[in-house]
Amino acid sequence: MFAAILVNGLVLSGIYGMLALGFALTYGVARILNLAHTAFYMVAAYALFFFLGWTGFAGAALLGVLVVLLLALAAYGLLLEPLREHEATVLIVTIALALLLQEVVLLLFGGHFRSVPALLPGYVEVLGVRVAQQALLALGFAAAVLLAAWALLKGTRLGLGIRAAAQDQEAAELVGISLSRAGYWAVGLGALLAALAGLAVAPMATLEPHMWNPPLLVVLAAVVLGGLGSLPGALLGALVLAFAEVLVVNLVPGGAFLRTAVALFIMVLVLVARPEGLFGVGFAEER
Amino acid sequence: MFRISMSKWLTLGGLAVLTSLAWAQTLRIGVVGPMAFVQGAHTWYGATLAAEEINRAGGIQVGDRRYRIELLRVDTNEMLSVTDAATAVERAITAQRVDFLVGGFRSEAVLAMTEVAADYKRIFIITGAGLDGILAGRVDRNYERFKYLFRVSPTRSSDLARTSLLLLGEVVQAVRQQLGIPRPKVAILAERAAWADPLVETATRLIAAPPPQGYGAEVAGTWRPSAVATDVTSELTAIQRAGAQVIYTVLSGPVGVPFGRDWGRLRIPAAPVGINVEAQQETWLKATDNLGNYVATLSSLAPGVAITPKTIPFITSFQARFKEFPIYTASGAYGALYVLADALNRAGTLDVEAVVKALEATDFVGPSGRIVFDKTHDVTWGPSFTTGLGVQWVGNRMQAFWPRNWRVGDKVISYAGVRPYQLPPWVVEAWRR
Repeated sequence: MFAAILVNGLVLSGIYGMLALGFALTYGVARILNLAHTAFYMVAAYALFFFLGWTGFAGAALLGVLVVLLLALAAYGLLLEPLREHEATVLIVTIALALLLQEVVLLLFGGHFRSVPALLPGYVEVLGVRVAQQALLALGFAAAVLLAAWALLKGTRLGLGIRAAAQDQEAAELVGISLSRAGYWAVGLGALLAALAGLAVAPMATLEPHMWNPPLLVVLAAVVLGGLGSLPGALLGALVLAFAEVLVVNLVPGGAFLRTAVALFIMVLVLVARPEGLFGVGFAEER
Repeated sequence: MFRISMSKWLTLGGLAVLTSLAWAQTLRIGVVGPMAFVQGAHTWYGATLAAEEINRAGGIQVGDRRYRIELLRVDTNEMLSVTDAATAVERAITAQRVDFLVGGFRSEAVLAMTEVAADYKRIFIITGAGLDGILAGRVDRNYERFKYLFRVSPTRSSDLARTSLLLLGEVVQAVRQQLGIPRPKVAILAERAAWADPLVETATRLIAAPPPQGYGAEVAGTWRPSAVATDVTSELTAIQRAGAQVIYTVLSGPVGVPFGRDWGRLRIPAAPVGINVEAQQETWLKATDNLGNYVATLSSLAPGVAITPKTIPFITSFQARFKEFPIYTASGAYGALYVLADALNRAGTLDVEAVVKALEATDFVGPSGRIVFDKTHDVTWGPSFTTGLGVQWVGNRMQAFWPRNWRVGDKVISYAGVRPYQLPPWVVEAWRR
């Protein structure tokens, strides 16, 4: 059972991690709680499905990423940046955007379930547990993407600027960082991570227009658990929640439907003990 | 000049009178369902096909008047919101002025929608939801309020349990005979939904009970994922670890697709059988990336299997018109319209009380079986009534494997075109002794 929990937990963590990091970046830098984040992930998966009818996997994936990036940057420039100071309005606009994307996908593709062929069919046994090769590929891909994102954020001037804006906007502005430009970069990077998560998940998932709903809740929880705006916190939150879900399924099979509820309960418990989240800035410190 | 204008006015007036007469001779039937999903879409298709056929044949004779059917599409969004569903039905009754309602898929939503129909005393023929309690405990205990509700498909949950357990019996027997395992292990994988609870309870009892009442098998465990879960890998690896040779599925929601895909991809050495609504559709293999072969499920129709003389003509017309293989909500809605037309014809009036009485006396052969209502207005289950079929995906095609030499008392029931059940090869490879 331990092996099953470890392997399945790691695979799920990779997917949640990519989504959570993108979400945290967008919030941390652009101060936008983007509830359309997982809708971008859904659009990427559908775009991959659509373009696969025209071209190979690499071409379709590239086109899928481009579609999402264009959508995200257009939404940021036209809708979100002008409203950035009004947090509640931004929240509502992003929900509306997500629902709009859902309805457009429903209109274009219908409610039928779709699938994208796996790049690596079949399975391998890891520690005696059957794991789809595609899931391992997705895990490797997620690890590579997260490492690349980390390298960008830690090892480049651009990353330094983005992190500075995420930590203290006023101080960042004082040292000459353009918050607007940093916002565009953060939204772009966030959408890119969402799109890459969509591409990684598409060959393992069932594509349907509401597929953005379940991960949204978990990603929100992961980001809150890790500490709003904290990038390492988002990753740790994703890891904790993914393992909590897998643990529930394995330890309480009759309550498998409670996997998300239990994960959220863990989040509540952590927040009771540490209201700022695992890596968040304490309220007193913030003041 | 004046005379010409006058004649024009007379002509227009005459046309208006004729139009209003024609309007008065139209029956408005609300077709209710989640239209963005296949269950709702097929409800609409089935009703459309029946309405077109009935209208082409001159409509419904009610007393000395003939009525044409006008269908109104009532999108309930019931997959996502029960409240939306109840509101949609209320709007259909009050704003769109429907005379009758046909359809409904998700039991929780149908419970709410039928409350609204009962409030407005509208006849509602259910064609997609299986929960016993939609009718049992309502029609029999509060007849005056709920007498307007009937169900033509599916059979109630407890009867679905009976049929799906008969299918399970076939597979347990195949495991016993072909793999030499005297006491097979059965894992129960049932979505968390009201309709599934009685099935889980009955299955748990029957699997372990000794023959002839039960199957003399062992329950390896029960897993209850959400009906909308997108990944059941953890459940499947846990089932594999539990050493199950058979998986009894109770899945009506979207979770059926990830189940089939992950099961096939991981080659889980346990044969799935039971209910998987997604596997009843011809899009099954596409949806599962061609990994859903060997999945077996209860269904109402299968290609080339004539349950009644109306089955093949219905499937042929449906496929010609909609280019898809019909699922049970399609044959249910198709049958419901004919049942309603037949009852209206016999009642000879549109008076709702008389139509209810006529519906209660229904004995109609539809595409999926003979429809006779019991005292709770539910479709009667059993040989020579409605039972359903056991179907399995083999070689990228859906084929029926049950009923085949099904013995009930002195009757032996088989339909032409039904073939033996086939265990998945990797299950045979993993367990053959």
